[in-house]
Amino acid sequence: MSNILQVNNLTREFKSGSKILTVVNDISFGIEEGTSCAIVGPSGSGKTTLLGLCAGLDRPSSGEVILQNIKLNPLSEDERASVRNKHVGFVFQTFQLVPTLTALENVMVPLELRGEATKDVRKRAVQLLEEVGLGDRTHHYPTQLSGGEQQRVAIARAFINEPKILFADEPTGNLDTETGDHVEELIFDLNQKEHTTLILVTHDLELAEKCDRIIKIKNGLVDSDITKEKASVTK
Amino acid sequence: MSWSWVFKMAWRDSRSNRRKLFLYMAAIIVGVAAQVAITSFRENLNKSISDQSKELLGADLEVERNAPFQPELLAYLDSISSEQSKMLAFSSMVLFPETGTTRLSQISAMEDGFPFYGHIQTNPAEASDTYLDEFGALVDEAILLQLGLSPGDSVKVGYVTYPIIGAIQDIPGQSMATSVFGPRVLIPLKDVENTGLLERGSRLEHKLYLTYPEGTEPKVIEERLDAMNDSLDFRFDDIAERQQEVGEAVSNLASFLNLIGFIALLLGGIGIASSIFVYIRQKIATVAVLRCVGASSRQAMAIYLIQAGSMGFIGAALGALLGALVQLYLPVLVQDFIPVDIELFISWTSIFTGLFTGVLISIVFALFPLMAIRKISPLFTLRSAEVNLSKLMSLLTRVILYGVITLAVTGYAWIMLGELIAAIIFTFGLGVCLLLLAGFSVLVMKGARKFIPIGWSYEWRQGLSNLYRPNNQTSTLLLTFGLGVTLISSLYLSQDMLLSTIDFEGQDDLPNLALFDIQYDQNDGVNKIIRDNGLEIIQNVPIVTMRIQSVKNISVDKILQDTSRAARRWALTREYRSTYRDSLVDTETLEEGEFIGSVSDLSVPVPISMSSDLLEDLNVALGDTIVWDIQGIPISSYISSTRTVNWQTPQPNFFVVFPTGVLEPAPQFFATTLNTPSKESSLDIQQQIVQAYPNVSAIDVGQIINTVREFLGRITFVIQFIGLFSIITGLIVLAGSATTSRYQRIREAVLLRTLGAKQRQVVRIQVIEYVFLGILASLIGLTLSVGTSVLLGKFYFEIDFTPGFTILATEVVLLVLLVLTIGLLNTRGIHKKPPLEVLRAENI
Ligand SMILES: Nc1ncnc2c1ncn2[C@@H]1O[C@H](COP(=O)(O)OP(=O)(O)OP(=O)(O)O)[C@@H](O)[C@H]1O
Ligand SMILES: [Mg+2]
Repeated sequence: MSNILQVNNLTREFKSGSKILTVVNDISFGIEEGTSCAIVGPSGSGKTTLLGLCAGLDRPSSGEVILQNIKLNPLSEDERASVRNKHVGFVFQTFQLVPTLTALENVMVPLELRGEATKDVRKRAVQLLEEVGLGDRTHHYPTQLSGGEQQRVAIARAFINEPKILFADEPTGNLDTETGDHVEELIFDLNQKEHTTLILVTHDLELAEKCDRIIKIKNGLVDSDITKEKASVTK
Repeated sequence: MSWSWVFKMAWRDSRSNRRKLFLYMAAIIVGVAAQVAITSFRENLNKSISDQSKELLGADLEVERNAPFQPELLAYLDSISSEQSKMLAFSSMVLFPETGTTRLSQISAMEDGFPFYGHIQTNPAEASDTYLDEFGALVDEAILLQLGLSPGDSVKVGYVTYPIIGAIQDIPGQSMATSVFGPRVLIPLKDVENTGLLERGSRLEHKLYLTYPEGTEPKVIEERLDAMNDSLDFRFDDIAERQQEVGEAVSNLASFLNLIGFIALLLGGIGIASSIFVYIRQKIATVAVLRCVGASSRQAMAIYLIQAGSMGFIGAALGALLGALVQLYLPVLVQDFIPVDIELFISWTSIFTGLFTGVLISIVFALFPLMAIRKISPLFTLRSAEVNLSKLMSLLTRVILYGVITLAVTGYAWIMLGELIAAIIFTFGLGVCLLLLAGFSVLVMKGARKFIPIGWSYEWRQGLSNLYRPNNQTSTLLLTFGLGVTLISSLYLSQDMLLSTIDFEGQDDLPNLALFDIQYDQNDGVNKIIRDNGLEIIQNVPIVTMRIQSVKNISVDKILQDTSRAARRWALTREYRSTYRDSLVDTETLEEGEFIGSVSDLSVPVPISMSSDLLEDLNVALGDTIVWDIQGIPISSYISSTRTVNWQTPQPNFFVVFPTGVLEPAPQFFATTLNTPSKESSLDIQQQIVQAYPNVSAIDVGQIINTVREFLGRITFVIQFIGLFSIITGLIVLAGSATTSRYQRIREAVLLRTLGAKQRQVVRIQVIEYVFLGILASLIGLTLSVGTSVLLGKFYFEIDFTPGFTILATEVVLLVLLVLTIGLLNTRGIHKKPPLEVLRAENI
């Protein structure tokens, strides 16, 4: 099977004053299409930085990222934006909904950006909102929703463009356990249904256990990389 | 990539911000309103002037001379047209017997015919048709109202008493302001010599009005008159020339007002820039998310460009509408100064110009923050960052943006002023002001950060540190409010400065009543009346009228023929009113040479003293010879000394002073100055003198000052009316920027309250911040305006200027109150909102 995401010798350094801080240090790995992968590690180990690089939100100091057979390095900001729009979905720890748009409009953004017919987009957005259990909240603004509800809207938005790969950075980090469980469930369910590849950054080991593979990061290096039996994942 | 999405997004995103956006828009509304009102008013004026060009003169041709017309001139004029109307104009005291009041008036003795175009408007309306036949007078309405007189009462001009037939409301070609120099009185030309005023010293202006028969070529007549003028010395004016003169005067006024209006618009632009800055700062997260899910940097920028553009457009449209309404009011303000009736119509060009400038200004000024959007990275979704928008842009981008703004401003000022140099100076001055203001606000912020003593109370420290904390209003407020204050206050101070130079009231030792045109045989009588009233004569000077015959042995006629001459025509040909005395008076200082007080030998040239103002215009210097024609007798003289004369004092001053011993036998009359202790005694003595000697004119300094003050007051009112737009814009921008930071302020206040702060403490923190900002903004604005006024005074009006500190103090208090009110209004609701709701809301 081909790798949907290939990372080769990825390094990211930050300059702070005269010191150079190497946050991601020569990391290489590949992720197979349709699998789920958790990235875990202590706080400050470089997980978020790595995720940003993989999703093309940031440029590496050296090394390369190949997403869906597209090399990201030579692409301009706008070309990468278009790659994200076509192939990538995001879920963030802090939800990141547009405060001035309603739940429905937030979900529609990625497809509307492509210029797709509003009617179809709206239908699909409503359907996704129903799937995450917010069918009756479509016209509410983010401030009128609870944190869990906001994250569910974000999940619906992440799936609307039928992404090949979904990046999630601590999607349950800001939620209580019960709500977090519900959100988790949604992500995994949709992931299976839509045959999406999932890259999940988390502190929650229980959550990480649910993934096919766990990459542990420490001080910017891969500490361990464990791929589990298929059986244990599907239960 | 979908552009329709961009529009949709711009629309949706604006929904919850409309109220905020409206405030930014308001700045544009007011700015454009000022623009449209002024430019369309100018168009109205220009059209009115060309439509009423014939009424501007009342005839096709006006010929004037301060002596009777020569037969050859009359013969030529007769050959042009037989439709003629003569007029004799002079100023003289008139007496209103019903009230016993006297007033120095502008008398016109009229004949049937004039005005050939237009109509003298009177109350009652038919009075202008009948007064000549009824052998009565028309008198300015203003003086009649002031004295409580009405048609049916009478006016005494010289020895003749005329019944007042009507009140003058409007004379074609004259503006109301004409009567600043004394009320206008129209009497019949027939038998005007019975007044006894024609031969006794008064200066007469002979005028002749003509109409051209069909098919006349004005150019031909103009050329012919120009040719005759060289030897005959008269003045003439035809419609084209008058129209041009009036047009120029009007367009100068309009450009000036326009510039003030433009400053309002610029303030709006600065307001827009700063508001959008804050606005975009709040949109960073949104832009980052949009970039994350695939929006291109151009799309992200376009969303906000569309918002800014439509805001500009809607604002400009509303502004144009408001401007069109304001325009209806402007004529009321300026009608008095303008010699045409202003017709009102909607000027589409000015409305479109206003729309265009409004949109352009909002886009040009919004570009600055908008360019930064393109640099907002999608990475900000993972790591919320406090970013400095302007630092996101490269130096090059910033330099280019500043360049674009400077060019736009200069270009517009160029269009308004019609002169590139002036436009550059304007832009430069504005730039310097803005730089000073910006520099000052940086200083304030740095200072606040550095020097807040830890020993101060919590409220003081909080209030002052609000000056530099993120999203502070310091620079916005100082810039917009400071500039507004600078502008308005400069206007006030300049007005004050101009008034102070003519304000002699309260200076008891200076004369406040001047009597002119006292004949030789009347002088003793007048002096006796003054002394009988127990008043002291300050000056009693003889005046001899004379003309120049030759300068440096070249006759005036010869000099005039030389087209490359350096001397001015007026200086060579005017009638000089000179005096003789043996010493200088205290309004004069000797500059060069020696003042010779008396001579006895008349066979050699007489030493005279000349005012140094005149030297250049006559192209003469110390020692040069001048031959005077003193009523037929040539007297040769040389310039033995030059003097500077303080012309601004209310007593007779002279270009030329002769020594004693020369002019005593010449025909002469006298001028007398005196000081009256009260207005009543001044009126009383004027009345006594005029009744005994009707040809004597009195100039009441107090009254002149009042008239001038009223006149200046009206002009400044027009300027202030337009300037008001800048202030309003400044206030709106201020309110806008305050609203932008409102949420943050409320949030802070709620947090403080949650942590146990008392309501009083929270309010006090805010009062401290706003009072401080208000004081700073008004101080810097006032300082700049004092600077501007001093410079204006020095280089333009040539007046040494000390600002009135009471005015400044009052301004400071008013301004601080204003800022405080806005600030507190802005944080209203802090105390009503439950903390939870505030903490939850991300967008207020
Ligand atoms: N722009 C930056 N400049 C300097 N240092 C940075 C920057 N971004 C991240 N870092 C540093 O890189 C390190 C890794 O940060 P990162 O956010 O990737 O950690 P993380 O593993 O996601 O931690 P957490 O679990 O707490 O979210 C941290 O020490 C952080 O301070
Ligand atoms: Mg992280």
